[in-house]
Amino acid sequence: MLQGHQTWVFQSKPVIIGSAAIGGPFEAQGNLAKDFDLLHGDIWLGQDSYEQAEKKFLEQACETAIKKSGLKKEDIQFFLSGDLINQIIPSSFTARTLAVPFLGIYGACSSSMEGLSLASLMIDSGFAQNALVGTSSHNAASEKQYRYPTEYGAQKPPTAQWTVTGAGAAVVAKQGEGPRIAASTIGRVIDMGLSDPFNMGAAMAPAAVDTIEAHFRDLNISPLQYDLIATGDLGKVGHPIAGDLLKQHGLDIPVEKLTDCGILMYKENQPVLAGGSGCACVATTTFGHLLNRMRKGELNRILVIGTGALLSPMSYQQKETIPCVAHAVSIEM
Amino acid sequence: MSSFKRKNLTPVQQQYQDFARAREPQRPILANCVRAFIGGGIICTIGQGIQLFFIKYFDFDEKTAGDPTVAVLIMISVLLTSFGVYDHIAQWAGAGSSVPVTGFANTITSASLDHKSEGFVLGVGGNMFKIAGPVIVFGVFSAFIVAIISVMIKSLGGM
Repeated sequence: MLQGHQTWVFQSKPVIIGSAAIGGPFEAQGNLAKDFDLLHGDIWLGQDSYEQAEKKFLEQACETAIKKSGLKKEDIQFFLSGDLINQIIPSSFTARTLAVPFLGIYGACSSSMEGLSLASLMIDSGFAQNALVGTSSHNAASEKQYRYPTEYGAQKPPTAQWTVTGAGAAVVAKQGEGPRIAASTIGRVIDMGLSDPFNMGAAMAPAAVDTIEAHFRDLNISPLQYDLIATGDLGKVGHPIAGDLLKQHGLDIPVEKLTDCGILMYKENQPVLAGGSGCACVATTTFGHLLNRMRKGELNRILVIGTGALLSPMSYQQKETIPCVAHAVSIEM
Repeated sequence: MSSFKRKNLTPVQQQYQDFARAREPQRPILANCVRAFIGGGIICTIGQGIQLFFIKYFDFDEKTAGDPTVAVLIMISVLLTSFGVYDHIAQWAGAGSSVPVTGFANTITSASLDHKSEGFVLGVGGNMFKIAGPVIVFGVFSAFIVAIISVMIKSLGGM
């Protein structure tokens, strides 16, 4: 049911009955290593290309999520997935392996929350009993596509972020045990005229703030009702900007409640500059770390805001600015 | 940001960009310059050492020793790139590692490595000059312009 301008409230509160996070070697050294279901020692996974390796990550995440949900592959009714590679091939090729009715989506790094929102909508409206949501990103594949060759020696500025190698997947169903999706707010595309692809945090922060504001306005609730509000991949640069911007807009969220998956992911001593980014950043943190904390009872109600920068290598070369979008999903135990 | 770019922004966008810039870490320009000086200096010193080696132990003089020296530096750079070391050196040294010939070798090797998955002709062949290409194009072009200017000045009785 639509509430306010852009928020869907799910009456039946679809349940996340199984979720999985798969990571690469860099994530294994990070802060959230113990919350991954599977960690790989190299980024190739025995494949011939980075793109195929990313597909493998996504396949494993989907497989693990289905297994943990107690369902069989044949029981999955719909698969929604998106990623960063051109024409979202890791998602489509994973859908080929799964052989499940498939909707490819694209919201850059907000894809996982876009997928989770759409899956909840399908289930709440009765158009599905269950759906699988997945997303992936691969550091080397993203570098190759968006920036320079992976081994090219270009010095990155301190505002640059590190794309997470990994994949996250979740099975959402009408019935079952687990964290429930209460509402989601679909974000507007916000462009503040920034054009530096090495500073995504500052570009995406206004989109995150716009969606967070819309969420609390539409639902008419206070940020204090959440135990944790986690943005997707604003990193060390975008996170304080978003915090200050929210304060300026009259939404004072306590520092300990507002966090960012890009900051949570890696340890302080890892050379990731401003923090993690990529589809898998918010997906693995949410489907792994945050949902685990909810299942343990440490968190009761959280808001996850997937933030995506909707640029392409071509738009950047054509001197276009970076439009950004953010989708928020409210999850409760 | 140039004033021309700013003109196309709405007041809200300008306000936000000032707001964001005040919260962003600055690029450490001075530290980067010092590192580039040290990094580039080390690479050039190694090159000098190789050149002296060729002059001392082989039949080369100061002029002819340049070619084998560059070849050795390129090979070292290709190896370091292939073993995944060069990009880490570059993150520290910046311009110090991209300006010498080793940086040029790195651009070609890294592009070839990345696009090997698309095959040898369209992948490696089509992409290996992805970053080095512009350097060659504009390098040759500017050399051409400088040569014309030089010829003109000389024919007018200068120099």
